[in-house]
Amino acid sequence: MTSDTKVLLDHGSGGKIAHSMISEMIVPLFDNPFLSKQDDGALIDFKGTRIAFSTDSYVVDPIFFPGGNIGDLAVNGTVNDLAMCGAHPLYISSALILEEGFPMDDLEKILETMSCAAKRAGVFIVTGDTKVVPRGKADKIFINTSGIGMVPRGVKLSGSNALPGDKIILSGTMADHGIAVLTAREGLGISLDIMSDSVPLNKMVKSLLGTLPRDSVHVLRDPTRGGIGTTLNEIASQSGVTIRIKENDIPMRDSVKSTCELLGFDPLYIANEGKMVAVVAPEAAHEALAIIRREEYGKDAAIIGEVAERVGAEPSAFSRPGYVVMETIIGGSRIVDMLTGEQLPRIC
Amino acid sequence: MSMKHLHEYRDAEIAKKLINAIHSLKPRPMRFMEVCGTHTMSIFRHGIPALLPPWIELLSGPGCPVCVTALKDIDTFVSLSREKDVISATFGDLMRVPGSESSLGAQKAEGRDVRVVYSVFDALVTARENPDRAVVFNAVGFETTAPTIASALLTAEEEGISNFSIHSAHKMTPPALAALLDSPLVNIDGFLLPGHVSVITGTDGYRAVFDRYRVPSVIAGFEPVDILRAIYMLALQNLSGEPKLENAYERAVSPRGNPKAREIMTRIFAPADAMWRGIGTIPASGMVLKQEYDRFDACKRYGIRVEETPEPSGCACGDILMGIKKPVQCPMFGKGCTPVHPAGPCMVSGEGACAAYYRYMGDGESKKL
Repeated sequence: MTSDTKVLLDHGSGGKIAHSMISEMIVPLFDNPFLSKQDDGALIDFKGTRIAFSTDSYVVDPIFFPGGNIGDLAVNGTVNDLAMCGAHPLYISSALILEEGFPMDDLEKILETMSCAAKRAGVFIVTGDTKVVPRGKADKIFINTSGIGMVPRGVKLSGSNALPGDKIILSGTMADHGIAVLTAREGLGISLDIMSDSVPLNKMVKSLLGTLPRDSVHVLRDPTRGGIGTTLNEIASQSGVTIRIKENDIPMRDSVKSTCELLGFDPLYIANEGKMVAVVAPEAAHEALAIIRREEYGKDAAIIGEVAERVGAEPSAFSRPGYVVMETIIGGSRIVDMLTGEQLPRIC
Repeated sequence: MSMKHLHEYRDAEIAKKLINAIHSLKPRPMRFMEVCGTHTMSIFRHGIPALLPPWIELLSGPGCPVCVTALKDIDTFVSLSREKDVISATFGDLMRVPGSESSLGAQKAEGRDVRVVYSVFDALVTARENPDRAVVFNAVGFETTAPTIASALLTAEEEGISNFSIHSAHKMTPPALAALLDSPLVNIDGFLLPGHVSVITGTDGYRAVFDRYRVPSVIAGFEPVDILRAIYMLALQNLSGEPKLENAYERAVSPRGNPKAREIMTRIFAPADAMWRGIGTIPASGMVLKQEYDRFDACKRYGIRVEETPEPSGCACGDILMGIKKPVQCPMFGKGCTPVHPAGPCMVSGEGACAAYYRYMGDGESKKL
């Protein structure tokens, strides 16, 4: 038909179409046990020391948006990917691809932000690269960051570790970043004070893992591209469980909610850049919530759902493993599927 | 937009009362069709089917503009996007809709300049900002979007913007309702009439069709409380045996609608026979540019003529759009046709019945990543 002979924007969405390219083309070609886990970063055992390694490229448009710019986004993004592996992020790299003619002032501003973001997260930018391409061959600036971090002994996190009965915690309001970037784009004619939530989450993760009893945190994920909906689907699918969430319990700013209504976006699929989904053993859930809420970036955290108990042999569509089901505001139930393709291109 | 305003129509308590009221009615099998794609999505998004008694069945009608856009029109949009110096401006929903050999999304990947806009006026701005290029707007929709497009063309004329044209695949709702009721295969006990369209047409816009067929009809808003209330009213009409044309969206819809919007619309567009995907040609259901405005007609401007192509075989979109089949009764549903690889328009559009079923009710198969 029409797809798959050429790369479409959908292939970069973080949704279903992106997933099928990753699992059908990329993973088989690079086949190895680290990659095939498909977590936010790879975990490498290095003579008894466990290291998390992660990489991400940033192509956000516009490069400056309320609450941040491409620079702190690039640092926070990789810091958060490492943190979601349970690692203490240590060192990151920064590779810049610049378009000829890009204003030096803007570049300096972005690099300054990166430097501040690295300090805030407590990581060093220890290596880098700069390439310039002719005008029109790239759009202003693209940034790749990679990073490594140490995983403390005893920390075992993976998207496949969610267990029936676990509680799902979201560390704050949903969809801020995607909507901030969207409204910053020219021509939309919406000016609401919606700020990106781009922040480092490593301190929050450290407090959580450092305080709770060992093995009570099962999964950590940052719901970036594809949003909460896609992240929960990944966890449900990797762990072979049904996840149930309650629409009423998901924290969201009113301004973000109305913008989504107005433009017809489902906030469950809108990107976040400073939020964490934590899947926690039920007996530790309330303490986990309290710890997250004490953190600077976790004040609005809430328990938004749970992993359903397993049911008998003939599960209905609403209790099948791999599915995410939401109780709606009026008490109905519906499936939250993974995003198919592009909802908002170039949001990170 | 005020969120307070929205909360009221999403109030769980009011919703519960309506659900209880519906459940307390005398059970009798009833099939109601929601005509509008936005209703379909809202019904599924809020999990309404599971809250209704088993004797009420909801069917999705031909009210998703992308779904009913004929293959030929998609092929026309694709052909126009291939013209030299053309910027193809489109609603995002259309990007992935498969034509007979390509889609706008695939054209974009091939290097054509296809841009997603949120309104026809964004496309007009693009035309103003790119005087050395030509902007073609892919116009799909119903009475809701047609006045805006007409008004954009009048603005273009006033400002002398000559590098702007459209291909109109616009359609009108009442002729489609009549076509459905004329079909011997269709069996409907009530219509949930589209809220947005009715803002323009008013209650009066459906009077002729209602008087002719006497099928219970209620204009509904899009919030769960609106929809539940309309379903309740349709059920009451059925039980009383007295069909009515009622308005349950009083906060937005008046009996006369918006005469000014209709005046602009009829100044620019004339009715014409139109092909509805999966259904066929419905007399006087389309909106084409009047002769005095045909300088805005992209096909005339570029000399594009696209041949009709048959629909993909096996796709039951036609029966689904007419409420004859449910998405799960289509042999391709969830197998040859998924949101990732849609065969028919009901799966690709965000407002399509198949996409709604697949996304919100499960695909009937175990899910693979």
